[in-house]
Amino acid sequence: MAKPLVATAPFTGCFGCHMSLLDIDDRILKLVELVEFDKSPINDIKVFTRPVDVGLLEGGISNDENVEWLIKFRENCKILVAVGQCALTGGVPAMRNTVPLKECLEEAYLKGPTVIDGKIPNDPEIPILLDKVYPCHEIVKIDYFLPGCPPSADTLWAALTALLTGKNVGLPYELIKYD
Amino acid sequence: MADNGKRKIVINPVTRIEGHGKVTIHMDAANNVEQARFHIIEFRGFERFIQGRFYWEAPVAVQRLCGICPVSHHLCGAKATDVIVGVDKLPPTAEKMRRLMHYGQTYQSHAMHFYHLASPDLLFGFDAPVAKRNVIGVIQEFPEAATKAVLMRRFGQEIIKATAGKKVHGTGAIPGGINKNLSVEERDSLKKDADKMLEWAVEALELAKKVTKAGGQSLLEFGSFPSNHLSIVRPDGCMDLYDGVLRAKTSDGKIILDQVKPADYLDYIREEVRPWSYMKFPFITSIGQENGWYRVGPLSRINCCDFIDTPVAEKERQEFMALGGGKPINSTMAYHWARMIELVHSAEKIVELLDDPDLQGTNLVAVGKKRPRGVAWIEAPRGTLFHHYEINPETDQIRVANLIVSTTNNNEAMNRCVQVVANQHLKGKAEITEGLLNHIEVGIRAYDPCLSCATHALGRMRLQVQLVGPDGSIIEEKLRG
Ligand code: SF4
Repeated sequence: MAKPLVATAPFTGCFGCHMSLLDIDDRILKLVELVEFDKSPINDIKVFTRPVDVGLLEGGISNDENVEWLIKFRENCKILVAVGQCALTGGVPAMRNTVPLKECLEEAYLKGPTVIDGKIPNDPEIPILLDKVYPCHEIVKIDYFLPGCPPSADTLWAALTALLTGKNVGLPYELIKYD
Repeated sequence: MADNGKRKIVINPVTRIEGHGKVTIHMDAANNVEQARFHIIEFRGFERFIQGRFYWEAPVAVQRLCGICPVSHHLCGAKATDVIVGVDKLPPTAEKMRRLMHYGQTYQSHAMHFYHLASPDLLFGFDAPVAKRNVIGVIQEFPEAATKAVLMRRFGQEIIKATAGKKVHGTGAIPGGINKNLSVEERDSLKKDADKMLEWAVEALELAKKVTKAGGQSLLEFGSFPSNHLSIVRPDGCMDLYDGVLRAKTSDGKIILDQVKPADYLDYIREEVRPWSYMKFPFITSIGQENGWYRVGPLSRINCCDFIDTPVAEKERQEFMALGGGKPINSTMAYHWARMIELVHSAEKIVELLDDPDLQGTNLVAVGKKRPRGVAWIEAPRGTLFHHYEINPETDQIRVANLIVSTTNNNEAMNRCVQVVANQHLKGKAEITEGLLNHIEVGIRAYDPCLSCATHALGRMRLQVQLVGPDGSIIEEKLRG
């Protein structure tokens, strides 16, 4: 039987959720036996080539490219899991939602104390920012939510192994944390 | 029409780096490289939305910019708030706990970068098949090294947990000190593995040295160019990753800056904005925009310091510097070797610190008289990191925040590297293969860029190559994956 496929996406997060997945430590050697990784920043697979069983999403959605890729993840993954506070609520990056985007850009590129000849980057090569940072479920349907900033390695492991073996994802109280 | 033969090549995303970047290369009809750029394509706006928050939130909030080296942001933010609460000297227990946290971070970050991200290129070749060219390939082909890599990262993360309370986004450092000491149980459990971790660090260094030497002159010249180098050093010139004064040298070793204190950073560093990247371009003011850019990180730290105060790393530093007859090394791929010297240095420091009874001290926090401004720096795994906060002393709210993160300091250097590699390997080629494109990424990866912090944002990755006609029409498109 072919191994189940897993894909992972870092949207507007900090990569900490991906790092927490690496913190499963030596279990990663076992994970490699259990599953195959498709599209993920840890390898050089950059587009979906086949249907994927589980997609793990880190980060909120802050620009047009994020939106486009979130939709592709939905289309290509049977189960989508929002991982971490940013994916669930927008997290720390969504703190910018309280301030108009223009002011954030001006602060960084015009007013910053070290900035000279300030201008706001606007080249067509860079994606267009959304007015706000959105949680993933406001754009596509999400099947599971794992809270935490980041969810601990044990939480990720418990959820992932349950999903991959078709069991119910019931997490004990100790594994659910919100910080 | 497309017949003038101009092409644009896009690599998006660059993978096996932390964060979200994209490369565009424009080639003319004769397949010469007209322009090559490394774009950072996300933006967060931290400097603005942190305004109005209390200054003591900075060390815990700012690390959410970057889950790769949260400790560096956590500590740099804490150091800036030390200044704000008027503390210039921490109690020994606090300073040493923070140092231990920092060396743990450097240890795990360097080990992870080398084995998980960079080694597939070095072990399998720059144009090895995509399916193999990743950490899982390494696990399958070199299970022993891969297992060690995983355990090395775990060791560093355990140190972080013991000092910061949590592996990712800890809370240990607080303005003026630390909120816990190291219990005897924690110490003993870390000590069990510490010597082995030093041994494995030396093995990783040997491997980095071996692959660099085996690559010979062509590897040393790969993506290379002369540049200034900048880092923090201890005032006496010793390498110090946690604290010190700023020093910069030219590509051939002349001192540009020395003994600069954090509070004065605005007199020396400025940043330029270019419309095609969300990442700014810092430079040394006295040299100017054109030539004042510099490199940071392991290579620059080894180039800038006069010596290292741990024996194995110092011996290795001497051997490394001999490569350039004592002058700075300007090779991009030498970063890996330099990084592994620091891996050894961090392990030596950890071994030393774990024996220090101060870690079990109980005086954890110092207090002082509040100040309106705090600037601090630290040598994050990827290079010098600057945090600058100003507060309203009446309300304790932040009113100005400015961050120059490590990867931003390497922005111009990574762009140069892309240009050099494009000229070395793409120029003159009518057909651009996936393996050739990976050469560009190999160059970028040597800098271990962390783009999450660089833009104070992060995204996800793909690679797309387009040949675009001058009228914008896509002549040919290749997707990699
Ligand atoms: S939830 Fe926390 S750890 Fe995960 S990406 Fe967001 S800030 Fe980083």
